[in-house]
Amino acid sequence: MVQAKALVKRFGDFEAVRGIDVEVRRGEAFGFLGPNGAGKSSTMRMIASVSPRSDGDLRILGMDPNVDGPRIRARLGVVPQQDNLDNELTVRQNLQVYGRYFGLSRAHVRRKAVELMEFAQLTDRAEDEVEPLSGGMKRRLTIARALVNDPELLLLDEPTTGLDPQARHLLWDRLFRLKAQGVTLIVTTHYMDEAEQLCDRLVVMDGGRIVAEGSPADLIRRYSTREVLELRFPPGAQAPVDAVADLADRVEALPDRLLLYTATGDAALEQVHQRGVRPLSTLVRRSTLEDVFLRLTGRTLVD
Amino acid sequence: MSVSATGRVVPAWRGAWLRVEGYWAWYRRYWKSNVYSTGLQPVLFLLAMGLGFGSQVQAGPATGGLSYVHYIAPALLVSAALQNAVGESTYPVLSGFKWQKDYLAVTATPVTPGQVLGGHLIWVALRLLLAGTAYAVIALLFGAWLNAGAVLVVLVGAATGLACAAPVTALAAVTYDEGTRFNALFRFVVMPMTLFAGTFFPIEQIPLALRWLAWISPLWHGNELARGATLGGLAPVAALGHVAFLAALFAVGAYLARRSFYRRLVV
Repeated sequence: MVQAKALVKRFGDFEAVRGIDVEVRRGEAFGFLGPNGAGKSSTMRMIASVSPRSDGDLRILGMDPNVDGPRIRARLGVVPQQDNLDNELTVRQNLQVYGRYFGLSRAHVRRKAVELMEFAQLTDRAEDEVEPLSGGMKRRLTIARALVNDPELLLLDEPTTGLDPQARHLLWDRLFRLKAQGVTLIVTTHYMDEAEQLCDRLVVMDGGRIVAEGSPADLIRRYSTREVLELRFPPGAQAPVDAVADLADRVEALPDRLLLYTATGDAALEQVHQRGVRPLSTLVRRSTLEDVFLRLTGRTLVD
Repeated sequence: MSVSATGRVVPAWRGAWLRVEGYWAWYRRYWKSNVYSTGLQPVLFLLAMGLGFGSQVQAGPATGGLSYVHYIAPALLVSAALQNAVGESTYPVLSGFKWQKDYLAVTATPVTPGQVLGGHLIWVALRLLLAGTAYAVIALLFGAWLNAGAVLVVLVGAATGLACAAPVTALAAVTYDEGTRFNALFRFVVMPMTLFAGTFFPIEQIPLALRWLAWISPLWHGNELARGATLGGLAPVAALGHVAFLAALFAVGAYLARRSFYRRLVV
C-alpha cells in the first residue's frame, strides 16, 4: 500500500524526515511512534499526498503522489490531528458535503451518511450542529467522515489524543472493525497502549529517523525484558543502585525510583529483600512498549 | 478480505462547483443573518442618501440632469457589492486556512487547492448576484431605475466585486496572524474608496492632484460602467477600458491567490 525509500522532508534548512524506509502491506495496521518532533506528522502528510517529498521515493497504492495526488486521495481516508469539521453544519451535512468531494452521487452520500452515523453512534445527533458536540463525538465524526469514500487506506494522526477512556475504547473498537473489513490502517500515536492495542507492526521514530521496527511483541523482546521490577524509595533518599545492579539485565535509576529489567520480577524482588534493601513500595509488571519507547527515545522532554 | 474505495477524481470545474454546493448547505442555514449586511444595508443607503439627502440636491450638470436617486442607485449597488466581496474574502478565507481549517479538510480529498480557490470565487460571485438582484428589485419599488439597464448593473456589480475579491483573497492567503491588516484594508482602502470613487458625487469635484486615486480604484471603474449601463453617456472605448481594468485586476489577483493557495496548502 505504501512504499517509501530514503524518504526525506525538508522545511528550509530543517530536515524533519531524514531518509526513512517504510513498507506498509495491504490489510495491516501500521504504527508510527515517536516523541513530538520525531517526523511522524510530516511523514503522514507525505503519505496523505498533500505534502510533496523533498527527496527519496514514495509510492502510495502503487502511484506517485507527486503525479497522481488526486487519484490517490480519492482512495484514502484521513483523520487529522486536529478536528477540522464544519462546525456550522449538522452532523449529517458534514458527512454528505464531504462525500461529494469524492465524486459521489447525492443518493450515495445520503445513504452513506446514515450508515456512518450508525457506525459512529451519532444517529440521534444527526440534525445537530457540530459546534456543541463533545470532543469524543467530534472525533468519531471526523473518523466517520474519513470513511465516506470507503477508503482502502485510513490515516489516523493521533486519533485518541484528548479523549476520555470510554471514548478511546469505543474508537479502538471501531478501528478493529475496519481492520476486520480489510481496511489498511496507519496510525501515529504517542500512547503506547494504543500502539500495542492497534498495531500489527510499527516503527519508532526519533529525530526524523527510524530507530526500531517490528511488532509490539518483537520490540519488547528485543529492547526490553519480559518483566520490570519497580522499587520506589522515599523522596530524597539515596537509591542503592549498586546493591541491586547485578540482579537485572539493566537497571535504570530515576528520581526516587529504580527500574530493574529482568526476566522474572518476583525472583529479583526476593533477592532485593534478602540483601536488606527496603524500598517504600515495589511493583512487578510486564514490560510494555512504553519501556521500549523510553529506552529508544530517552526520557528527556521534547517540546 | 479486500476493500475497494468508491472515491474518484472530480474534473476541475466540478470540484470548484462542489465547494459551492458546500457553501450553499451553509447558506441555507444562515441566510437570515446575511440578509442585513448583503441586502438591507444598500437599501438603507438608497433611502437615506437617494431619497432623503437627495431631496435637497438639484438635478444639474453634475448629475447629468437626473434626480439624485437615479444618479446614485446604480453606484450604491456596485459599492455594496465591492464591500461584500472584500468582506467575504478576508476573514472567511483566513479561517479556511487557520481557524475552521476547512481548506485543509477539503484538500485531503481529490479536490485541489486551485479548485478550493475557484469555489470561493464562484461562491462570492453568486452571493453578489443574489444580493445585487435583491437590491435591484427593492430599488425598483422606489422608482430608482430609469430602464432595464438595471439588469446590467447587477452584472457590473458582481464583476467589480469579483475583481476585488481575487486580490483580497490572495492577501488573506498570505496572512498568518489574526488578520489585523483586514481592518486597515477596510479603513484605509475600502471606506475612502466608497466615499470618494464616484459613488456619491462625480470625481471631477476632486482636485486634479488627487483624482488619480479615484482613477486607480476599481470602484470608480465599476461605477462608470454601472451608470453607463442604465443612464447612458458612456463611450464604447471608455467602457472597454473600464472592463479591461477590472479584468486585469481579477487576473492578477487570481494568479497571486492561486500561487498562495498552493504554497500554503501543499507544504
